[in-house]
Amino acid sequence: MSILGTRVVRTEDPGFLTTGAVYTDDVVDERLAGTCHVFFVRSPIAHARIRAVDVSAALESPGVIAAFTGAALADLPPLAPPMPDLVDGRMAQPLLARDVVRYVGEPVAVVITEDTYQGEDAAELVSADYDPLPAVVDLAAAADDPPSLLFPEAGTNVTATFGDASALQADLFDGCEVVVSRTIVNQRVAPAPMETRAAAAVWGDDGRLTAWIPNQGAQGTRGALAAMLAIDPSSLRIITPDVGGAFGAKFGADPEHAVVCWVARQLGRPARWAETRNENMIAMTHGRAQRQTITIGGSRDGTVTAYRLEILQDSGAYPRFGAFLPALTILMAPGPYAISRAEAVARSVVTNTTPVGAYRGAGRPEATAAVERAIDMFAAEIGRDPAEVRRVNLLPKFTQPHRTAFGAVYDSGDYVTALDAALDAAGYAALRAEQARRRAAGDVTQLGIGLASYVEITGAGAESGAPRENATVEVFPDGSATILTGTSPHGQGHATVWAMLASEELGIPVDRITVKWGDTDLIPEGGGTGGSRSLQQGGVAVRQASLELLEVARERAAAALEANPADLVFEPERSAFEVAGDPDAAVPLAKLAVEERLVVRTVFIAPGATFPFGAHVAVVEVDTETGKVVLRRVVTVDDAGTVINPLLAEGQRHGGIAQGAAQAFLEEVLYDADGNPLTATFADYPFLSATEVPSFELADMATPTSYNPLGVKGIGEAGTIGATPAVQNAVIDALAHLGVRHIDLPATPQRVWRALQDVSAGKDA
Amino acid sequence: MQIELTVNGAPRSDEVEPRLLLVHYLRQRCGLRAANVGCDTTSCGACTVLVNGRSVKSCTMLAVQAAGQEITTAEGLATGGEMHPVQQAFRQEHGLQCGFCTPGMVMAAAGLLAENPHPTEAEVREGLEGNFCRCTGYHNIVRAVLSAAEDMSA
Amino acid sequence: MIPAPFEYEAAESAGHALELLARHGEDAKLLAGGHSLLPMMKLRLAFPSVVIDIGRVGELAGIRADGDDLLIGATTCHADVAASDLVRSQAPLLAYAAAQVGDPQIRHRGTIGGSVAHADPAADLPMALVALGGSLEISGPGGPRTVSADDFFAGFFETSLEPDELLTAVRVPRRPGPDWGYQKFVRRANDWAIVGVAVAGGRIALANMGPVPVRAVAAEQALAGGASVADAAALAAEGTDPAEDIHADRAYRQHLARILTRRALEHQTG
Repeated sequence: MSILGTRVVRTEDPGFLTTGAVYTDDVVDERLAGTCHVFFVRSPIAHARIRAVDVSAALESPGVIAAFTGAALADLPPLAPPMPDLVDGRMAQPLLARDVVRYVGEPVAVVITEDTYQGEDAAELVSADYDPLPAVVDLAAAADDPPSLLFPEAGTNVTATFGDASALQADLFDGCEVVVSRTIVNQRVAPAPMETRAAAAVWGDDGRLTAWIPNQGAQGTRGALAAMLAIDPSSLRIITPDVGGAFGAKFGADPEHAVVCWVARQLGRPARWAETRNENMIAMTHGRAQRQTITIGGSRDGTVTAYRLEILQDSGAYPRFGAFLPALTILMAPGPYAISRAEAVARSVVTNTTPVGAYRGAGRPEATAAVERAIDMFAAEIGRDPAEVRRVNLLPKFTQPHRTAFGAVYDSGDYVTALDAALDAAGYAALRAEQARRRAAGDVTQLGIGLASYVEITGAGAESGAPRENATVEVFPDGSATILTGTSPHGQGHATVWAMLASEELGIPVDRITVKWGDTDLIPEGGGTGGSRSLQQGGVAVRQASLELLEVARERAAAALEANPADLVFEPERSAFEVAGDPDAAVPLAKLAVEERLVVRTVFIAPGATFPFGAHVAVVEVDTETGKVVLRRVVTVDDAGTVINPLLAEGQRHGGIAQGAAQAFLEEVLYDADGNPLTATFADYPFLSATEVPSFELADMATPTSYNPLGVKGIGEAGTIGATPAVQNAVIDALAHLGVRHIDLPATPQRVWRALQDVSAGKDA
Repeated sequence: MQIELTVNGAPRSDEVEPRLLLVHYLRQRCGLRAANVGCDTTSCGACTVLVNGRSVKSCTMLAVQAAGQEITTAEGLATGGEMHPVQQAFRQEHGLQCGFCTPGMVMAAAGLLAENPHPTEAEVREGLEGNFCRCTGYHNIVRAVLSAAEDMSA
Repeated sequence: MIPAPFEYEAAESAGHALELLARHGEDAKLLAGGHSLLPMMKLRLAFPSVVIDIGRVGELAGIRADGDDLLIGATTCHADVAASDLVRSQAPLLAYAAAQVGDPQIRHRGTIGGSVAHADPAADLPMALVALGGSLEISGPGGPRTVSADDFFAGFFETSLEPDELLTAVRVPRRPGPDWGYQKFVRRANDWAIVGVAVAGGRIALANMGPVPVRAVAAEQALAGGASVADAAALAAEGTDPAEDIHADRAYRQHLARILTRRALEHQTG
C-alpha cells in the first residue's frame, strides 16, 4: 500500500517534544566557544538627523568589549532593495544608520559584551542626539503631500510604480448599471514568528565565515549576507538550525545579521545575537500595509463587467520585498472571476515606519481581500445573495491553462464546485435562515455569514527562469538513506514528507531516511521555502531523484544478477531488485551501495507556477451593543491538488486560517502621528490566542495539477488568503440589514461600534 | 547568592545573580533549552515550566524565587524513555509545527490536566490562553490536549 | 529583557519585611509573585536597588473567615483565591474576578496583594474590591491600619501605601448569594479590561474608566432611588474621565461602561 496520502506522524517531533528543537540561540558548537554578544541600540525617533552617537559611557560598563556606530561600517554596502529595475536603488538601508534615522527601531549602534546580561545594561548607556525631522506616517500624504522626503536625493517618497495610472480607462465602467467604489485598508500586521531573529557568526583561520541564522533558505541568506559584507558567497557558509517560524519574514538577511558577522570579524572572535520581542516588533519586516481603492461595476442581474484596483503600498522606511508586493496583488487582481474589463495600478511609497516585507501570502491575500470585498459590496448594492453573485461571475471549470488579463496563467480551476462544496459543508441555507430569524427578532447578537472564493499563485519560482529545485538522494549499505534538499522547512514537516516520497519509491522505511537542508556547504543551491513552493518543486525533486537513483541501481543490479536491466523489477516492499518471475534472484538496494556510492542529484524544473483555489465560509456573531466580534465557524475548501500527508496539509490550512482570521478582527500594527510604534510588545499587539478561534471545519477537494508528476500545488498560504476576507465579509454581513456596507480591517469592537453609530446617524458606512 | 532547588527530580545548588531569570537559569546554567523566551512580557508562555506542579512563566520568575522549589521542564516530563501522554498526543495529533511554542505549550497542558483531568474544548482553550502559537496550530493543539486527557484517564 | 541589577533580601516574617523596608527606604520594592514588579523591572520602568522577597512569609498567605469578613493574605495567589471554597461561597464576585486575571500561569504566581498594590486601573481585583466595599490591612512603623478600597487607590498606579508600609491582607465583607455581576470587556481572553464593571448589591465599580477604579455614583444613586436597571445603567459613565488608547477612545469607553453596567446589574458575567 502506498504511504502517500496517509497520515504519517512527524519524525521531527520526538526531539521537539522532549528536549526542544535546536534554534539558533540554542546552538552549542565548539566553533562558538568564547563568543561575545551583540546588542543593538535603536532609534527611538521615527525621522531625524543624527547629530551624535556617544558610546563612551557604554564602553565603561562592566563586560563591554567594544561599541560601534555607523561610521565604523561606512565602507560596507547597504542592504540593496530587491528588484533593482523596479525599486529606487537610492533608498537602501545602511547596516547602521549614519546621518539620518528613518524609523523607530532602526539600528544606530552596537554594544558588544562578554555576557548577555551585561549587554542590556551597557546598551542603555549609549546616548544619541537627534534633530527631529517631520515624520511621514500617513500613507496617502506620503506620496502626494509629504511632510518631508525620506530620501531628498530621490525627490519623491514614491519608490516604485506598477502600471500607468494616467492610462486608466475613463470609460471602464461605461454601460454598468451599478458601480460601487470605496477606499479600503489592508492593514499592516507583524509576522511575529515565535522565534525572533538571531545570529551566531565565526570567521575561520581560512578566512571563511560560518554563520548560523534562522532563515527560509540558506542559499538566499548567503547571497544577501555576502552582498552586505562585500565578500564572495563562496567564502561564507550558512548553517540553518531549527527555525521557529518565519512566515515570509526570514527570507534573505537583514542588516543586523551582517553587523553581527562584521563584529565577529572585527573582534576576531565568535559573536552572537538574539533579539528581544520588542526589537522584533519594531525592526523585523512587517506585512500587508496596503490602501486599496476598489471600483466594481456590472448589471443588476449580478454580472460583474468591470473592476479596477488602485493600490498604495506602504513600504516602510526602506524598500524591501514590501515595495514589490503590489506586483503580486495586481497579478492576482481579478481572482477567480471572469471580469471582462479589469485594470490595476499601484504605487509603493516610503514612510517613517518599519520596512515592509513578505508575510504569509505576500501580495495575494491583498488581492483576494480587495476583490472579495468588491464582490460583496456589489452584491449588497444590487440586493442579491453574495453566494449567487459569486456563482454567476466565477470562471467556469477549465482543465487547460487559462491566461488572465494580468498575465497569470491558471493551470486549472473549478471554482464553482469549490464554492458549492464549502456552502454545503457550512449548511448555508440553514445559516441564512438563522440569520433571518435573529434579524426579525432584533437580537442584540447578530449572525454574519461571510464568503470568499479565491485562486492564488504558488511556486512562482525564482526571479528569472522556470521554477526549479534540486534534491540529492543517497542510499547507504546499511539500508538507510539521506536526502539533501534546497527547500528549508520551519514547521512544515519536510523531514517527514520528503522521507515519505523517497520511501514510496525506494522501499526504505521513513524512519531510516534522514533529510538535510540549510547548510550551504552541503547544499550550495536551493530556493528555500516560501510562496508555498516546497512540495511542488522540492518534494517532486526528491521523487525524481529517487526514481533516477533506481535507474542507476538497476544497472548495478543487472550486473550483480547477470541479468538484462529491462528484466529486473524493483520491489519496494523488500527494497530490492528481482528478476521478473524469479523472486529468488534478487539483490537489495542497499547492497548496490557497497562498492560505489549510490547517490543521485537532480533538478526538477516546473513548467510554471500553480494556482490552488478554494472557498471559505466564515460565521461570526456580532454584539451590536458593544461591537465585539466572535468567530463561531470557519468552513473551508482548499484545493491544492494531490495531498501527500493529510495530517500536515490540514495543519497548514489550520494555521493559515487562524492567521487570516486574526488579521480580520484582531491584529494591526499601529503608529501614532509621529511614527512611534504603539504595538511594540505582545502585551500591546493583539496576537491571536486559542480562545479567539473555534476549531475549523475542512472539506476536501483535490484537483491534481498537470505541472508535476505528483499533481501537487501549494497549501501553506491558502488559509490567510481565504480567511481574512471571509471573516471580514461575515462581520459586515451581520450588520448589513442595519445599513452597514463596509468596516475596515481589522474589525475591532470600536470600529464595528463606530460603523453602527454612523449608520444610525445617517452617515454612510 | 546560593540557591538550592530540584530540577527535573535532581537536586541542584548554584550561585546566581539575584536578577537571573528562571528561564535563563534553566537554559544557561542547567543546559535545559526546551523552554524558550518568546516575548519578555509574560504574554506568550513559551517559557512555561512547572513549579511544584503548577504552570509558571519562567521569564517572570527569578531563579532566587525558585530556591527550595521543584521545577519540571519539558525535558523532565518523559519517564523511562516514554513520552508523557501529552507529548505523545501532540505528536499524534500534529499539535506542533515550528516547535518553538511547544515545550511551553506542553507544560501548560500538563499543568492544566493536573488541575482539570477532563476539560471541555472551551476549558482547554481557556487553559491555554497564556500560550501563543504563531503557526498557528491551536486546532490540533486543542485536539491533542483533549486526546491526552482521554489517554490519561483510560 | 532583564531587570537592572539589584540586591535581594528574603524576608522571614512580616516584621522582618518591615525592618528591611525601614532600612532600605524608597530604594526598595517588595516582591511576592513578581507578576507586576518583574515585568516593570524587565522593561526598566522600575529599577529598585533592593528587592525584598515576601513570597516565603507564611503569615502573609492564606484565606480565612474573620467575623463578617473574609481575610485574604496579601501573598495569596489568584489561583488560590479563585479555587477557594470559602471565597467562592462567601464572596463569589471575588473568586470570579480572581479567575479573570491574566492567564493560568499568571494566576499561579500573581498575588492579590501585588495586584492591589500595583493599582492598575484596568485590573480585575482593584475593581472587585471597590465593588465589594473591601479594605486593605496595612502594617507600618506606626502600627497597623486599615484603609477602605475606596480610599486606597490614589491615582494612576498609585496607592495610599507609604514606602515603608506593607500590605498584609485584603478584607472583604461576606457577600454570599447571587446578587452580583461582572463584565470584563476584552478583545482577547488574557488581556486587561478595555472597560470592566463589577456590581455587588447596590455598589458599582468600573475598571479603566479613570486613573483609579471608580464607583459609578450616579448610577448607584439612581438605583437606590428606585430607578430601573436600564435607567440607572444609562448614568454609569457620569463623571468618568477615561483615557484613550489603541483599543478605545473616550466616547466608546463611556458607551461600554453604560452597556456593561446594565449587563452586570442583570447579574450577567462575561
